[in-house]
Amino acid sequence: MSGKTLFERIWDAHVVPSPAQDAARHRALADAGMADHEELIHGRQEMLYIDLHLIHEVTSPQAFEGLRQAGHPVRRPDLTLATVDHNVPTIDRDLPNPDPLSARQIEVLRENTREFGITLFDIHDPRQGIVHIIGPEQGYTQPGMTIVCGDSHTSTHGAFGALAFGIGTSEVEHVLATQTLRQSRPKTMSVEVNGELGPGVTAKDVILAIINEIGVRGGIGHVIEYRGQVIENLTMEGRMTICNMSIEAGARAGLVAPDETTFLYMKGRPQMPKGEDWERAVDAWRKLPSDSDARFDREVRLDGSDIIPFVTWGTNPAQSVTVDGHVPEPDQLAAEHREAATRALAYMALEPGTAIRDITIDRVFLGSCTNGRIEDLRAAAKVVQGKKIAEGVHAMVVPGSGLVKLQAEDEGLADIFTEAGFEWRDAGCSMCLGMNPDILAPGERAASTSNRNFEGRQGPGGRTHLVSPEMAAAAAIAGHFVDVREVLD
Amino acid sequence: MRAFSVVRGTAIPLDRSNVDTDQIIPAKHLKRIERTGYGEFAFEAWRQDPDFVLNDSRFKGARIMLTRANFGSGSSREHAVWALTGLGIEALIGEDFADIFKNNCFQSGVLTIERPKEDIDHLMNLVQSDPAVELVVDLPAQTIGTPDGSWSRRFEIDPFRKYRLLRGLDDISMTLEYVSDIESYEATRPSWMTA
Repeated sequence: MSGKTLFERIWDAHVVPSPAQDAARHRALADAGMADHEELIHGRQEMLYIDLHLIHEVTSPQAFEGLRQAGHPVRRPDLTLATVDHNVPTIDRDLPNPDPLSARQIEVLRENTREFGITLFDIHDPRQGIVHIIGPEQGYTQPGMTIVCGDSHTSTHGAFGALAFGIGTSEVEHVLATQTLRQSRPKTMSVEVNGELGPGVTAKDVILAIINEIGVRGGIGHVIEYRGQVIENLTMEGRMTICNMSIEAGARAGLVAPDETTFLYMKGRPQMPKGEDWERAVDAWRKLPSDSDARFDREVRLDGSDIIPFVTWGTNPAQSVTVDGHVPEPDQLAAEHREAATRALAYMALEPGTAIRDITIDRVFLGSCTNGRIEDLRAAAKVVQGKKIAEGVHAMVVPGSGLVKLQAEDEGLADIFTEAGFEWRDAGCSMCLGMNPDILAPGERAASTSNRNFEGRQGPGGRTHLVSPEMAAAAAIAGHFVDVREVLD
Repeated sequence: MRAFSVVRGTAIPLDRSNVDTDQIIPAKHLKRIERTGYGEFAFEAWRQDPDFVLNDSRFKGARIMLTRANFGSGSSREHAVWALTGLGIEALIGEDFADIFKNNCFQSGVLTIERPKEDIDHLMNLVQSDPAVELVVDLPAQTIGTPDGSWSRRFEIDPFRKYRLLRGLDDISMTLEYVSDIESYEATRPSWMTA
């Protein structure tokens, strides 16, 4: 018998055994004369206990309304944390929100969290920020947990060895009411990245390379475990960037085994266990990693030494090429990709054969749950320091949380950005999804550190190229894409 | 949740792969706090193109949508399903669907049916050449096909999901019957998670 994977360990530890109610249902179904009733007790689904439920203003209002209509309380407000991020302004927060619909949505979260007794990091709380940044920052995110949120980038928390995935609003309501979810067990996939990353090559380039390799539907129905030397050598923030974009490959979740890097990052954060509990927890967390003889349903290997900075040219995150490359000729792509590539190039207004370095940009967005953490800002600031953004380029930095913003100000990064001509904003999702006024104008082309280059994602008619923070910073200075490895000494 | 049994009607062919939920319902329409009223904004950007299939009056009133691979990718927004039900769509047939989107469909009583590319090719051709042709989605029999039975395929579905869809059972009330089991589980959670 082969060993267990990290995923299987977490999953198995969270299946709620239900002998009492199963027996009752068994009797009821048999009495009703249901054929094959054994299958109807749970089907292929299992009832999973949820350790941490993160909520935000956009995907929760209908769930709370459902609870009220049915008269259900929130089962575990103590395992639930709320913040405002998707639809908050990133400027002028002391002024009334000019959009009444947005103001109402934010107010409704306040009312709901008050009514149901849930902690809220509200807009003026320094701990406010993108839900996937503040969870790890405050120490809510811990190895071995199950974590859900009404947001697909919940996979970010997998960097800690937690099973974390996005859910829809009806499932949010289910978790609020029961602290469980009914889910079918995903398959497992190992993505192993060995070797060593070269200078100027980042976690963002690694995950773009992985998505390029397995495609946007390669991960459907799977949980990916990222392994290998490159992953082990990444910081926690780099691992978060990787796990964050698991969903862009279609995966249910992404995971990295917890190790000393993980424990060092976590120790002392406000919500972490303390004293003896910390020792007990670390002992348990050390037992989580996949056994050496564990088997995965699918295995993929990449050589990290071969990865160089990536830039997307199309309208899904797998439509990418290395910075030294060219916009592809659809005719030269595999048959199943041609039509989509042709459509994407028309939307992106790109000619096949154009060198990536010859693509000029109008906007730069530095931020998001993918790349809005302090290390991202430090790396970008290093590229920007002492320079000015190119004429005609509009660039902004949106820190991932209020605390990231404060730290960046303390470290002098904010000054570096503003002196170079970047706007320095308050924390939120901002232009990553284009819900608030931070959007591209039709036809504008952006270098963005976010996670999705879908048509209109950052504003109707906007054109998005996904890159690392370093690459975005270098593009802001040059006014077109450049190979950041040539900019860094 | 409303019950699902047999849907017979015309089908709209959305002949594209990787249709993401940002296309189905753009983020700017997620500011509302209701579950209804999203149909008019469905595929808003693509509807600007007069040739887009949703603007073809011959497909008006379709209850079934035909798609390609990886439909519903990207954002977890359940508003995408609400936008489709707002259009009157009750069942989707495609090669495969994004995981979160598929779960969301189920929660709203929308059936997602996965069939290999050859079958999707066949149905796309059928519907594109004659928009008036009807399809039958039969959940009790787990089949899709033409009303005269000349073409029919069986599809897979989790038996428990089928059972709940057929009866329109509410997931939450069913899970709340397990509350004593949930309490027993909670008593076994490690100390550092309960502190």
